[in-house]
Amino acid sequence: MISEQLLYSLAGIGLFAIGLRATLLHHMLLPRLLALNVCGAGVFLIFIAIAYAGVENMADPVPQALVLTGIVVAVSATAMALALGRRLEALKDE
Amino acid sequence: MIEILWFIFDIMLVLLLLALAWTTCSTQDVMRAVTLFIAMGLLLAVIWARLKAPDLALAEAVIGAGISGALLLSAIKDYPSNLMVSHRSPVMRGMINIFTIALTILMSWAVWHGIEMSDGKRLSEQVASQLSISGVSNPVTAVLLNFRAYDTLLELAVVLTAVLTVLILNEKRADHKVISPLLQGMTRWLVPLLVITSGYLLWVGAHAPGGAFQAGAMLAAAMILLQLAYPSIHQGFNLYLLRLLLVIGILIFVLVGLWMMLLNDDFLAYSPAWAGSLILIIETAATLSIATALTLAYLGGRPTGWENGLKKSASHKDSHTDNGRVK
Repeated sequence: MISEQLLYSLAGIGLFAIGLRATLLHHMLLPRLLALNVCGAGVFLIFIAIAYAGVENMADPVPQALVLTGIVVAVSATAMALALGRRLEALKDE
Repeated sequence: MIEILWFIFDIMLVLLLLALAWTTCSTQDVMRAVTLFIAMGLLLAVIWARLKAPDLALAEAVIGAGISGALLLSAIKDYPSNLMVSHRSPVMRGMINIFTIALTILMSWAVWHGIEMSDGKRLSEQVASQLSISGVSNPVTAVLLNFRAYDTLLELAVVLTAVLTVLILNEKRADHKVISPLLQGMTRWLVPLLVITSGYLLWVGAHAPGGAFQAGAMLAAAMILLQLAYPSIHQGFNLYLLRLLLVIGILIFVLVGLWMMLLNDDFLAYSPAWAGSLILIIETAATLSIATALTLAYLGGRPTGWENGLKKSASHKDSHTDNGRVK
C-alpha cells in the first residue's frame, strides 16, 4: 500500500514540477494556463495517492471530496482566465 | 504474482502520465499541446479509477478532459500566434530549472516523510461512523453535501463568480459557419443519451459514484454538442430563465441552509430524517446551475440580447425617477 502511495505521490510531484517549470518559462497566456492546469493535476494526484488505502479498502473520502471541488474550481478559473485573455487581445486590436 | 502485475501497471500509468505532461508543456504548437492535455486528462481519469476514486474518475473525464478541453480548444483562435516558444534568456532558464529541481527534491522529502510517519488515523473513520445519519450512502457525496456542505456552497459561489466575470468581459464568440450534417445526425442520438446519463448520475450519486458536478458537466457537454451542431441554437434561449438557472443552485442551497437554521440552530445542519431528500433537492438545483455556468463559459461571453432585459428595466427605472423629480 505504501509503495503505491509513494509511487503516485512522486508522480504527482513530478507533474507539479513539470507544470511549474513550464509556467515560469512561457510568456503567452494559453501555454501558461495549460501548464498551471498540469500543476494542479499534480497536486490532485498527491492528495489521492495519500488517500489510497489498498485494493481491498475504500479510499479516504475527504481528500476525494476536496479534489472534486478542486477540479470544478480549476475549470472555472480556467474559463475566467481565458475570458480575461480574450478581452486583453480585443483591447490590443483597438 | 498479482502484486507484480499491479506494480507493472502502476509504473506504466505513471510513466505515460509524466511523458504526456512533459510533451504538453514542451511542444511548440498550441493546438497540439491542448490535444495532449485532453489525453492527459483521460489518463488521469484512469489513474483515479486505479486509486479507488471513481467519483473523481467520472468528474475528470467529463470536466477535466471534456469541458476544459472544449474551453481551451475554442480559445485557441482568440490569439494571433499558435506557437508556444519560451523567450527566456539561458541564465533565466538555468535558474528556473535549478529552482524547480530543488523544490521537487524538497517536496519529495516532505511527502516521503509524511507517508512514513503517518499513524494511519484519518478523517475517513469519522466519516464512516457518521455515514448512517448523513442521508446518503456514498461517502464522497456525504462529505460534499452534508459534512462539508459549506465548501460546496462556496464552490458554487466560485463557479458563479467566474461565469459572471466571463459574462461581464465579453460578447459570445461568433458562430461557426461550417455546419456538418454528420455531426447533426450524431448529435440527435447523443444528446438524449447524455441527458439521460446526466439524470442517472445525479440520482445514483446518493449511493454510488456520481453526483451533481458530474451530472451538471454532462448536461453542459450535451449543450456544447448542440451548440456545435446547430450554431444558432443559443438564439432560442430564454435569457430570464437562463439567469434563474445560473443562480438556482446557490439560491436553493442557501434557502435550505436557512430553513435548517430555523429548525436546528445551525446553518446547513440537516435533520437526519430529511437529509436524503434535502441533498437530492440541492443537488438537482446545483446540477442545473453548473450545466448553465459551464455552457455560458464555453460560449465565451454574453449570448446575443443578454443586456436587453436589463436595459428595459433600467430605462423604466430612469423614467420613474424623472417623473418623481417633476412632481
